[in-house]
Amino acid sequence: MSTNEFYSLRVNGRTHQVQDSWIGESLLYVLRERLGLPGTKGACEQGECGSCTVLMDDAAVCSCLVMAATAIHSEIVTVEGITTETTLTDVQQNFVNEGAVQCGFCTPGLIVAVHHLLEKNPNPTELEVKEAISGNICRCTGYGRVFAAVEATIRSRNSEK
Amino acid sequence: MTVIVAKELSTALAALREHADARLIQGGTDLMVEINFNHVKPTTMVSLRDVQSLRTIRQDSPGIMSIGSGVPYSVLEGEPVLSAIPALAQASRTVGSPQIRATGSLGGNLGTCSPAGDTLPVMFALDAMIHLSTLDSQRVVSIHDFMTGVKRNVRQHDEIITAIDFPIVQGWQGYSKVGVRNAMVISVASACLVADHKHADVRLALGSVGPTIIRCREAEAWLKSSQDLTAGQSISLDIAHEFGRRAADESSPIDDHRSTAQYRRHAISVLASRMLRKAYQ
Amino acid sequence: MAPSSTVTKSRDVLGTNALRPDGAQKVQGSFEFTSDMHAENMLWGATLRSPHPYARIVSIDTSAALALSGVKCVITASDVPGKLTYGLISSDQPVFAHEFVRYMGEPVAAVAADHPETCRRALALIKVAYEVLKPLTNPEDAISGSHDPIHPDGNVIRHQRIIRGDQAATGAVVVEGEYVIGMQDQAFLGLEAALAIPDPDGLGVHLHVATQWLHEDLSQISACLGLPAEKVRLTLGGVGGAFGAREDISLQVHCCLLALKTGRPIKMQYSREESFFGHVHRHPASIFMRHHADLNGKIIKIDARFVFDGGAYTSTSPAVLINGITHTQGPYKCDNATVDGYAVRTNNPPCGAMRGFGVVQACFAHESQMDKIAAAVGKSPVEIRLINAMATGDPLITGQIMESVAPVARCITETDAIPLPPSLDVNADELELPGGSGLTSSQSNIVRGIGWGVSMKNLMYSEGFDDFATARCTLKDGVASLKFATSEVGQGFVTLAPQIARSVLGVDDVLIEPIDTEIGSAGSTSASRQTWMSGGAVDGACRLVRERLFHHVGKIHNIDPLRLVIEGTDVVDQMGTFRISVADASDGIEISETFEHHHRKTDELDEHGQGNCHTAFAFVAHRAVVDVDPDLGLVKVVQIATAQDVGRVLNPLSAIGQLEGGIAQGLGLAVMEEIVMKDGKVRNPSFTDYLLPTALDAPDVVAVMIEEYEPQAPLGAKGIGEPPCISVTPAIVAAIRNATGKAIERIPVRPQDICL
Repeated sequence: MSTNEFYSLRVNGRTHQVQDSWIGESLLYVLRERLGLPGTKGACEQGECGSCTVLMDDAAVCSCLVMAATAIHSEIVTVEGITTETTLTDVQQNFVNEGAVQCGFCTPGLIVAVHHLLEKNPNPTELEVKEAISGNICRCTGYGRVFAAVEATIRSRNSEK
Repeated sequence: MTVIVAKELSTALAALREHADARLIQGGTDLMVEINFNHVKPTTMVSLRDVQSLRTIRQDSPGIMSIGSGVPYSVLEGEPVLSAIPALAQASRTVGSPQIRATGSLGGNLGTCSPAGDTLPVMFALDAMIHLSTLDSQRVVSIHDFMTGVKRNVRQHDEIITAIDFPIVQGWQGYSKVGVRNAMVISVASACLVADHKHADVRLALGSVGPTIIRCREAEAWLKSSQDLTAGQSISLDIAHEFGRRAADESSPIDDHRSTAQYRRHAISVLASRMLRKAYQ
Repeated sequence: MAPSSTVTKSRDVLGTNALRPDGAQKVQGSFEFTSDMHAENMLWGATLRSPHPYARIVSIDTSAALALSGVKCVITASDVPGKLTYGLISSDQPVFAHEFVRYMGEPVAAVAADHPETCRRALALIKVAYEVLKPLTNPEDAISGSHDPIHPDGNVIRHQRIIRGDQAATGAVVVEGEYVIGMQDQAFLGLEAALAIPDPDGLGVHLHVATQWLHEDLSQISACLGLPAEKVRLTLGGVGGAFGAREDISLQVHCCLLALKTGRPIKMQYSREESFFGHVHRHPASIFMRHHADLNGKIIKIDARFVFDGGAYTSTSPAVLINGITHTQGPYKCDNATVDGYAVRTNNPPCGAMRGFGVVQACFAHESQMDKIAAAVGKSPVEIRLINAMATGDPLITGQIMESVAPVARCITETDAIPLPPSLDVNADELELPGGSGLTSSQSNIVRGIGWGVSMKNLMYSEGFDDFATARCTLKDGVASLKFATSEVGQGFVTLAPQIARSVLGVDDVLIEPIDTEIGSAGSTSASRQTWMSGGAVDGACRLVRERLFHHVGKIHNIDPLRLVIEGTDVVDQMGTFRISVADASDGIEISETFEHHHRKTDELDEHGQGNCHTAFAFVAHRAVVDVDPDLGLVKVVQIATAQDVGRVLNPLSAIGQLEGGIAQGLGLAVMEEIVMKDGKVRNPSFTDYLLPTALDAPDVVAVMIEEYEPQAPLGAKGIGEPPCISVTPAIVAAIRNATGKAIERIPVRPQDICL
């Protein structure tokens, strides 16, 4: 079943060659184990935790449920590509400042999901925030500090306008 | 290993013809779980992700909305579906997580045909019609004939589900699903109720309480014979409860790790009577 | 390696919202978790597990697996060179099943291969012939002796009584109940992972692993490998949460064995499904309790019987049992008690440590009982708890005197003072109602309820165990380096330790050296103990360094070192005008000191369950407000109000995170989280069917920290990790009872328990 298939993926604005892949490899596996992008985390392999969230053609998706070889025409953005700056984004900084990070395993997925939410909806209600991240399980924080981080970001973006 | 990422429907159909072992993948939200858990080991994959013709919503005739099999749930949650087929929008919004809804589609729900598939009761309540194509033929199958059992349907190997036709019905409609979490939960029991004011009837379809989606024909017939179902009526508590009881009688749930048959039956009676009252508020 | 060295520049001393030093890496995805690690020439390891809860192994044939291309080795019990078993308290768990498998998921063999997929195929090619036996799944059968021993050590792991006071005492009011607690999973997000790198000479191994207790792992691993302890080195890999599930060995020995056998680095990483089989869970329990009280509601006597299902192997069951039964009374005065407790062996999955450690189970029972007493004597839940509230100096049912600060009444009254949430809005979005996105209810279907839970929790280890912690502080050129083996699992010790150093030493720059076994043990990151224990060790080491710095400065500047103090970042003569910055004072010198912090001695319980077995205690009150859809049995927790006895807040941001996170886990146990068993088989080993609270299930948490300095604690601060998840569960269940009038005695509460 292993063949010397070559295909390329567009990830974080760069074209990556994927070699010697096995059929069935998820995008999550390929990002982590073949492309050297381990920021995306896997914790359930069935789309029930959101740790592996990436942007694919501007939609937030679970990379564990994307067959990598089917994503050859797509633009993929991982947590590593969420900003081209070396400094943290406002979302990232607020996650740190507001205590939304404990063990940090769910954090990359949440960072991608929250960036995506605020891109699509700059002024979400509290309930819209909760629904938007309801696919991202966090076991440490109970979400309170995560909500605080999102609120702080919305507040600061609005005050800059 | 072969992965064929089709951009045109014809490419995908030709690939199915050519490869007897080919499996279709759309969003991947069902199949990839099977692969990740080592339950299936496909050898040839035909991806429909980039077939744009499957991602359209059309309303060619006034009474029908035709939804491409690849339109993601995240699109179905909003307009134009929300106004035209609100039960479908509601069902779509309860599928998995936002991430799942960004890639999952009606084609996947139909291809998998799980009794817990959230949009299937909506199709059953609305008598949706399923369009299937091969390289050289097309057919249209009623949803009632399409799903034949747990994860079983009449799709042939070389066929692709292209679109689903939903009648646009005048009257209240809704979808409710019971799960013990407020989001991202597989249905323990679900129901879609459609009030069709033009035909003065009510249709009810149930999910997760039988090997297929169950359309409650007897409860529907009883209701029509007991109650004027045109617009502007109101439903008494007694009628609603009896309707719920009859709907529960038509369900055939099982005990499993998610719930018990007894609870599922009870939940159906509650959902059916609540939705009926709402439909004629 | 993962918890990397970091330099933080700020005056983040104790009491401030110091930020996590690993925060930036974690939000960028660059923090290295153990599962992110790679090594040159690395192979993957995987485990074959038993599909049966109880069976005799007739034969194992690995030849087909070995013949598969890419497979480098297959190992079974016969390849274990050292001790064949391991365990935290009793070494009764086989590295690989030998002769018998005793639970579904027990490891039988392991493979090493070039790709995870090759591993999966190889596992499928290992042929194990089993003679399936009738499993022992009912704990009462283990006690009664009606089932043959399933292990040479017998079916009862531990039996302990507590006999206290007047055994014939009775009260005018008698209430009782039989309470059942389901099996909860820790469900940390970062799955079990390890990378074992064999020494070039093949005589030792370096294991990078996500664990709670490096040194305990080390001793168990080296024994099983048959290697001297110094030939095995452990470094903490990045840990994605723990909650008790990483206290026992899981893949450690397997990974090292494969590395030593192949001579190549081995990476192992569990899937979520395997994780459910690969670590211990919270003990399911059944608890009978009968309270005698007077007409005023004051407790006179408690009778209780506890049965903890320990599953197939001992793990920490004996300690969990003791924790459970010694917390029978909860945070209430009680002079007379008769308690009988069993931890038993069955063919269910092994159970061990999880946040709350036996007290969660006891608390659900005693808090349910408190509400029954309240109802019987016509008092409110708050009144009945205040009437009975324990205080410092009270004797416990073990005879131990409560020496900890015990602000039980204050926890209750301050929680009571927190405003209730507004009543349910008539226009409330359906997403906020029970049933959430399922759109099952309208506002008119909903009933609101309020419930209470108050708890006591022991801190640190008990029964004579000396769980000390070690830390080293090195001061050089104004920079402090801290070295310890304390597992950072997400709780924030890496934030706290530099805060301590800054406060004590007046430095700004604090470096954390790699967390590994190159220093003495820190004990486990469990039992709410690291702030107290490792915090005490860091504090002690920093104080020793400070003393030497004062001597150094005193000698050079001819000042009595006793006159010197740290003020901000300076060394200051408090009786004169001399002042020098710590940076200048330490320029060109290096002062290094190591300190071991030991807590006070504790004793084992005697046959009557009497003895000073616990080290210290903390208290908390929870008030839950829930909305219930009684017809469908669905629940939404609206608000949790809480006041927690914390001693002293060292980092408010970390503290609130512990409280909110613990509350979410307690909520999970109350209404959704359960490993469903049937005939010894796990039915739901996945996140599709083992449900964790989502953002839409999270309640509003309103928290008050009760700061009454704990003189026994090195920093005045109590451990705060476990209390949040203990009494919130009974509070939620009480609120459901309050809303529905249903007598619910089982957790998690299932919809059918409410509406059928």
